[in-house]
Amino acid sequence: MTFTSVLQNIIKLLSKYWDVFLLKGVSVTLALSAITVCCGAVLGALLALMKMSPLRPLRWLVTAFVEVIRGTPMLLQLYVGYFIVPLMFPALGLGTFASISVALVINSAAYVSEIIRSGIQAVDVGQGEAARSLGLSKGQTMRKVILPQAVKNILPALGNEFITIIKETSLASTFFVGDLMTSYLIVKGATYLAFESLIIVGIIYFLLTFTLSKLVGAYERRLKQSD
Amino acid sequence: MTDTVLIETKSLVKSFGALRVLNGVSIQVHQGEALAIIGPSGGGKSTFLRCLNLLETPDGGDVIFEGQKINQKGTNVDKYRQKMGMVFQHFNVFPHMTVQENITLAPTLLKKKTPAEADEKALYLLERIGLLDKKDEYPRKLSGGQKQRLAIVRALAMEPDVMLFDEPTSALDPEMVGEVLDLIRALVEGGMTSVIVTHEMGFAREVSDRILFMSEGQIVEQGAPAQLLDHPRQKRTQDFLSKVL
Repeated sequence: MTFTSVLQNIIKLLSKYWDVFLLKGVSVTLALSAITVCCGAVLGALLALMKMSPLRPLRWLVTAFVEVIRGTPMLLQLYVGYFIVPLMFPALGLGTFASISVALVINSAAYVSEIIRSGIQAVDVGQGEAARSLGLSKGQTMRKVILPQAVKNILPALGNEFITIIKETSLASTFFVGDLMTSYLIVKGATYLAFESLIIVGIIYFLLTFTLSKLVGAYERRLKQSD
Repeated sequence: MTDTVLIETKSLVKSFGALRVLNGVSIQVHQGEALAIIGPSGGGKSTFLRCLNLLETPDGGDVIFEGQKINQKGTNVDKYRQKMGMVFQHFNVFPHMTVQENITLAPTLLKKKTPAEADEKALYLLERIGLLDKKDEYPRKLSGGQKQRLAIVRALAMEPDVMLFDEPTSALDPEMVGEVLDLIRALVEGGMTSVIVTHEMGFAREVSDRILFMSEGQIVEQGAPAQLLDHPRQKRTQDFLSKVL
């Protein structure tokens, strides 16, 4: 296995299977990541609010949930989603993709809820006090004073979560959902060129995450300037 | 100063964990009065001030504002806070809003004024403190003294009945203390009821009608500025004044 032969094989694979990698693989990976982050953000925001509620049982529930999700392997969670979700909602006839998405969303929500909570709590306490001292209610203070400032802490961290999710969705290939890593499995199975396929997939993952992290970085710098 | 009592506290008690910060504080603040509170750090001055608008909830005792006991369940505290302006040591201006928006937020959100009226009032207030040309800037462009003056007029925009000042010059560079004190002095001279927690003894002497000396969660001594500062009766007051004057 020389460098030239590897390079030749990569070119051969790309010309024959580019659609498997780029069209199917990348689009499913991005779709899965986008669904995960968007739904995860909504669910995570809800969890963050529950975690900050004055009701102790509610806070306890969220803490337990977050700890369980953070303390068990993602692959295990995907297996649980794969088996449990279709059983729980048999009427919906959910396929593998949907079940895996649900598991990913639940996993991401736990992490995002911590991002949002810490983003809100990072806003100076004095800001809330000043707003309350003017007579604003708790809700008004949250909407008009705390959240607009918390968003600046939260959005860059959410961008990084998106990057992490892109890499983690590769675990979903265990269930053959058609993501980039599944593309690798397909091409490897058809050609027996495991190493070359891996390199292609690796480069694509890197390009995706590298571009995104640069975008997040630029956005972060822009936010800093407006401080 | 009139005889009407605007704020009254009865035996206020407040603890943080095992530490008793307020140990039975009872005062009356009259309408139009300027009351200065001095004393060593950790003596409970700020906590007491923050109990007046219930940013801290007292563990015991009464806070009575305009004849109403406000520290009890079912009281709409927000409504009373609208009439009690507060100025903080660290300004706490809203960094994500322009100077003008800082001032108009509360009056418009709380439907005290229409947006047009609020803008008009904001411009008038900014003119008064000489910051009219900064109305569309964000607070990050302001100096500390300018931020604090903005914070003061932000509170004034709600047309409060009393102003609470929590060490308003402690976080300022020395050259900016004067401009903030000048504004507070102007307010007091205009008849605004004020409670001022301060370390500026000269200012307390000059501007206040009465000075309270607080230490270890209690009012040790109170009186007219000249009497308390020049002829303190209590040992603790004498010790404190000998260190700061």
